[in-house]
Amino acid sequence: MHITIDADSLRSEIRDKSVRVIDVRKEEEYKKSHIPSSVNLPLANLLSDDSPEKVLKLIQSLGIDDETHVIVYDDTFGALASRVAWTLQYLGHEDVSLLDMTYGQWTSLGLESDQKIPSYESKTHSINLHPEIMATADYLEKEKEKENVILLDNRERLNFLEQHIPGAINIPYRTLGAPDRILKPKTEIKRLLENRGIKSNGEIITYCGSVGTLSGLAYYALKSVNLPNVKLYVRSFKEWKDLKKPIQKQEHATYWDLSAE
Amino acid sequence: MTIADLKQSSPDSKLPRVNWAKIEEAENFAKTVKLYRQGKIDKDNFRRFRLQHGAYGTRMTDDYAMVRIKIPAGEIYPAQLEKISQLSETFSIGSAHVSTRQNIQLHWVVLEDVSEIMRGLTEVGLTSREACGNTVRNVMCSPLAGVCDNEKFDSTPYAIATAKFLLRNPLNQNLPRKFKFNFTCCEKHGMARIADVGLIPETRELEGKTQRGFKIFLGGGLGNKSFVGHQLEDFTSDEDLLYTSIAVLRIFDRMGNRKNMARNRMRYLVDEMGWDKFQNLVLKERAIVRATQSVIVKLEVDDTPNEIKRPISVSGTDGKQTPDGYSRWYKTTTFKQKQDGFRSVFVTLEAGDITSNQLRSLAQICRDFSAEGFARNGFNQEIVLRWVAEDDLPRLYSRLLEGGLANSGSLTMASPIGCSGTTSCNLALTNSHRLAKEIQRKFLELKYDEDEELRDASIKISGCPNSCGQHEIATIGFYGGGGRLGKDMYPNYVMSLGGRSDGDAMLGANCMRVPVKRVMPVIFKIIEIFKKNKKSVDTLSSWINRIVKGNEDSEIKSVNDLKKILSPLVVPPTKAEDEDFYQDYGTDTSYHTITGKGECAA
Ligand code: SF4
Repeated sequence: MHITIDADSLRSEIRDKSVRVIDVRKEEEYKKSHIPSSVNLPLANLLSDDSPEKVLKLIQSLGIDDETHVIVYDDTFGALASRVAWTLQYLGHEDVSLLDMTYGQWTSLGLESDQKIPSYESKTHSINLHPEIMATADYLEKEKEKENVILLDNRERLNFLEQHIPGAINIPYRTLGAPDRILKPKTEIKRLLENRGIKSNGEIITYCGSVGTLSGLAYYALKSVNLPNVKLYVRSFKEWKDLKKPIQKQEHATYWDLSAE
Repeated sequence: MTIADLKQSSPDSKLPRVNWAKIEEAENFAKTVKLYRQGKIDKDNFRRFRLQHGAYGTRMTDDYAMVRIKIPAGEIYPAQLEKISQLSETFSIGSAHVSTRQNIQLHWVVLEDVSEIMRGLTEVGLTSREACGNTVRNVMCSPLAGVCDNEKFDSTPYAIATAKFLLRNPLNQNLPRKFKFNFTCCEKHGMARIADVGLIPETRELEGKTQRGFKIFLGGGLGNKSFVGHQLEDFTSDEDLLYTSIAVLRIFDRMGNRKNMARNRMRYLVDEMGWDKFQNLVLKERAIVRATQSVIVKLEVDDTPNEIKRPISVSGTDGKQTPDGYSRWYKTTTFKQKQDGFRSVFVTLEAGDITSNQLRSLAQICRDFSAEGFARNGFNQEIVLRWVAEDDLPRLYSRLLEGGLANSGSLTMASPIGCSGTTSCNLALTNSHRLAKEIQRKFLELKYDEDEELRDASIKISGCPNSCGQHEIATIGFYGGGGRLGKDMYPNYVMSLGGRSDGDAMLGANCMRVPVKRVMPVIFKIIEIFKKNKKSVDTLSSWINRIVKGNEDSEIKSVNDLKKILSPLVVPPTKAEDEDFYQDYGTDTSYHTITGKGECAA
């Protein structure tokens, strides 16, 4: 499976009708225009109930079976697309990739778009959950104490400094993206991880602010350089705080006042 | 790598004239950080190495660094602004900081990511090398050099050539302490008298020909103890510029105080030795340098004039109405160049902070409006767009407005300087950075930027007795400390009055302590007293100047008289009466002082 697919390959696969393309933007944006033949699955719809049974129904209705090659895209630097792709993988769908650019970049290159809303026949998909790519709060809390487990916070730097899960290290999602692609080239990601002392043999758990989007992107960034054991703490920091679990803060500094926002 | 290899983000971008970068340094930095983390390099050696490469420590932590990007002579090109925008978003806090020495700083960078920033900088020809540590720091040049009416000639090429000669030169890798060069355009603009070496362009007639040269000032500087520099001689020819610089550096290297951290800047050497003796030594050393080196080393001064080409895409008006606030902005942020029909625009920032989006839009605005095709960092935490045609100003204003960059007041008292303070600095006692922003917001709200009588006054704030915020040369300056009522502590600034950095450079006179939450009331009170007692031609700055010098004849005759009137404002309430009084800006907890080990100043 390829983590990302480039525009050229996607276009030829669309011509061959050998893919199902999922646009995860809001419905009104999708309606305005989208990549030809793509279906709409707004992230919010998926998140309103992401139990396996519900997700199964959703993707079956989009004409996806166990064998379908699925490509996901968004217009938010790949984060929402990642979250959807991860959900499919968790359910047991093997063949899913991310378009390596956003819809905005796609259109700015002059590539084709469409307003037609296609409909596909419903298909049957099996459920074969992959718990090894998911982390829960309880799991994380125990696991992170272990020597070779790395907890990765993918929120922006100031948010991280303000509060984070004790022991986490911070790689903001932007660090992993490139200006024109949702992910940096592999050599760069490898170098970055190596500089940070992140070894390929350990377990890595990613999390972000609320629903696992930014950390979903990080999940795929790590997968793109073949790290074997990556898990997404899908309920992320929002749940962690709601559960009143311990929180760490960078003390004695007023870093927010450096921001010009 | 040559300049031609540098990536160009946009075809209409002008390319930088010098490539300051060296990719090997990024690789080496990454390697060294690893060795340090593995315990194979000790803390002190690592710190020296880190500073040498422009990465400064961060408040109360070993995990983060600040990367100080040198912008020699302040010249910064659109593609460089864009790269810094991207780097700030990727590896820092999504904002960058323009410093008073024309550097751009990225804060709260994970130490392990610093090498990635260095790598990114090499793509646009920039470096952070020798931006910190005991080296020659960024060579400054007045942002008005080349466009100032009072200048004898444009000193920029000399500043660039000096920076080029010294960068990575063994001569300045291990000085007793940091060392600063400031080139200016004229007596009025810039800070020739408060640098280790300050230079003002000068010419003289010699055998019917006009010869270029400089007035060179030595041994000035701000710090725990501040000094105004001494002029070396009436005229130093441009040929002697390099030999003088080498001579001064060698003397400092040889004789500077390497033992006492608090007295290791060159100004202390000058002070201890006495000026006459020091001056003699420099002249003698220069003779030696000239005799032994003049055939070998020369400054490569590239003074081919910048191409000035007004971008055609924007000329004229677009028929739209000029937005509100234009004339106020025009009056308080633009400077009339000596070249007819052009102005320089000082883009107002808050304490030098700018978001990555703003950097990106500024890059494009620079391409679209500046006829010289690049921007300059100023001396007051701002970015300057020069060579903007008068006719284009309304449209430029609209564009700045869209980017949230059209605040007025950059050339007035309404743009205070604030060092980083507790936002990132290990030595900070107060949040000077935020205080500067608070004052600016209040001043703009009150439209004080439009008050001509306040215009040439300044407010500058440091977060501790060191002088990164340059408080000693402010009309009203502050440095941070702690005050105490019983067992309760509160942030307390020392206020000084009457400092200035121009031809009559002098350091401000200490007036009194002012608790942080009383700083604004005290400033407003001073303005009120000024308005009551001023003479018709007075500005706040000239009035305060007279008071400080004891030449004032109204009811306020001395700093002491002023202090008497202000004293009631600074009486601390008890904590029960006013809890807010005991909190610094930017925190909601009671104030206490806490500092780490310093790296920038003694
Ligand atoms: S003046 Fe003090 S607080 Fe401000 S940056 Fe310098 S050392 Fe830090």
